[in-house]
Amino acid sequence: MHHKKLGLAAALTLTLTAPMTMAKDTVVNIYNWSDYIDPAILEKFETQTGIKINYDVYDSNEVLEAKLMSGSTGYDVVMPTGSFLERQALAGVYAEIDRSQLKNIGNLDAEMASKVALHDAGNKHNVPYTWGTIGLGYNVDMVKARLGDVPVNSWDLVFDPEIAAKLSDCGVSVLDSPAEVVSVALNYLGLDPNSEKKSDLKKASKLISASRSSFTKFSSSQYISDLANGELCVSMGYNGDVLQSQSRAIEADQGINISYIIPKEGSLVWFDLMAIPADAPHKEAAHKFIDFILQPENAAGVSNYAFYAVPNNKVEPYLLEEVKNDPSIYPTDDIKEKLFTQKAHSVKFDRLLTRAWTNIKTARN
Amino acid sequence: MSMSLGSAVMDRMAAKLQKYNFVKKINWGRAVVAGIPTFWLGLFFFVPFLVVFKISLTEAAIAIPPYSELLEWDLEEAYISIKINLGNYLFLFEDDFYLDAYLSSVKIAVLSTFFTLLVAFPIAYAIAKSDGSTRVLLLALVILPFWTSFLLRVYAWMEFLKKNGIVNEFLLTIGVIDEPLIMLQTDFAVYIGIVYTYLPFMVLPLYSALEKMDGTLLEAAQDLGSKPTQSFFLVTLPLAMPGVIAGCVLVFIPAVGEFVIPALLGGADTLMIGRVLWDEFFLNRDWPMASAVAIVMLVVLVLPIMLIRNSQGKGEAV
Repeated sequence: MHHKKLGLAAALTLTLTAPMTMAKDTVVNIYNWSDYIDPAILEKFETQTGIKINYDVYDSNEVLEAKLMSGSTGYDVVMPTGSFLERQALAGVYAEIDRSQLKNIGNLDAEMASKVALHDAGNKHNVPYTWGTIGLGYNVDMVKARLGDVPVNSWDLVFDPEIAAKLSDCGVSVLDSPAEVVSVALNYLGLDPNSEKKSDLKKASKLISASRSSFTKFSSSQYISDLANGELCVSMGYNGDVLQSQSRAIEADQGINISYIIPKEGSLVWFDLMAIPADAPHKEAAHKFIDFILQPENAAGVSNYAFYAVPNNKVEPYLLEEVKNDPSIYPTDDIKEKLFTQKAHSVKFDRLLTRAWTNIKTARN
Repeated sequence: MSMSLGSAVMDRMAAKLQKYNFVKKINWGRAVVAGIPTFWLGLFFFVPFLVVFKISLTEAAIAIPPYSELLEWDLEEAYISIKINLGNYLFLFEDDFYLDAYLSSVKIAVLSTFFTLLVAFPIAYAIAKSDGSTRVLLLALVILPFWTSFLLRVYAWMEFLKKNGIVNEFLLTIGVIDEPLIMLQTDFAVYIGIVYTYLPFMVLPLYSALEKMDGTLLEAAQDLGSKPTQSFFLVTLPLAMPGVIAGCVLVFIPAVGEFVIPALLGGADTLMIGRVLWDEFFLNRDWPMASAVAIVMLVVLVLPIMLIRNSQGKGEAV
């Protein structure tokens, strides 16, 4: 609403000044995940371009989608995750990216971009912003006390009922995200993580249900603080979130030691993408912003701040040492090979999936 | 509905105007007084209800907005097509999952309304019996929590109830328990959350009923040999009944559809219709189905209660 008004005001000034100068946007409305960029980078954009940023944040793809699907949000740049953009693009939510306006598009990591193209053919509607993995965050000492001196490197921690049961007393959390958890479970079972077969879904549900009694929580953000203050010993989570939890634990200095692993069975890689809604009022400024983020020093401002990887070839010299050398942010090549993308599902399968998920959570069968 | 109601009022007024020309002024005043809330309800309750009802008769689609068109017309071709999809409602009744969710919501709402009443009655009674300045202070204290965001207050309860939270720390320190109690993410926490949140909605109507009570009635009961418990059940409670009913309705209706409290305080296995609705809307992206769930909740649960409440309100001469 607020933005719509701004958009109107801007349009008005545009028509008034149009004969004198070329259409030039003076504002850009950005809707991004919370805590996802160094605020200094935003200020830099404003001083460099003279374009004012209106910055809003969300904390779930679902919220973003509900807004986009109701139409005319007034936003110029949004950051949906790949599988969400895939479906939204089909509904005609996004404008095509005009690559001629992006001088720095050459900096994009081609290998990563090709994975994103699985969501968006030819990457017509997006420029990748960050990428990350789903893995296990764990409390090193609490897990050691219960499992002994074994290497922690497998999804067994949550999917093997016997092992999960040993950890249950110190807290086990699973992401409350049916599509992602089920695809990880399918991959663990050696099945196609993007399968829409009913029989495969059943197998995955059975696997997750077997450890259900050991899961103390289903959460997609609460685990960040719970891991940090010792209420959980194992949590399925997003790498950057677990690292955030790790740094909180270090700050609190209560002797809590958090670590993140990508299990050896392989895991899901996701991409958050910059996209321009079809009805964005300031498309030119939106392109300028995307181009600005493609500059390596600015991309580094995202990676160093949010602890997520950015798909930029030239970013390395600008990364902090501890970010660059952390395999949980920039995994090694042999781990990268085991990462898969999760495609958007059909409406019909989504319904089956949600129901299966509710049944798992409420232990109804 | 609002339209026909409005015109019925106008018709009646016109008839009256013909009979008694002299009461003209008073009738206009009444029409305005009745018209504003009617208009308000029509605009902010009935119109949104119709919009949701309309969506519930469509089909989910990959489009903006994500559902099919109910009405399609082309004036030049003199073509109108109405496509009504009752599938959502049929599916609701076919699948016992939804029934379970409704029943579970009703159970949680009934129990928490009852607990709220138990907690609120003594509070309201004490306020009604206190005098002048204390009463104002106590009433202000009841309303005070509204000054903080509801969400923040629910988060505060998470701090209280969590494993190494304030309640457990306290109980461990005084030695009542050896192991921290698991309270958060249980139905118990949901009850606490609902009772706490809706307490003022129960206290205030109870207070206003109790405050009007004539104290001499209790004295009379005592004179006639009634024990305090007897006079409570025979005199106080019946007189407080309008407040009890109003309070229960005010707590029960929002509690049935509650989403935030079970989402934050409840466990993964707390099944409530509010969460089912969220899943339909955000996970299945099925707006029509979500709308059907909401409409059925309204028609089956809320409408009967409101009708009962209305018929009672009329009996008592508002």
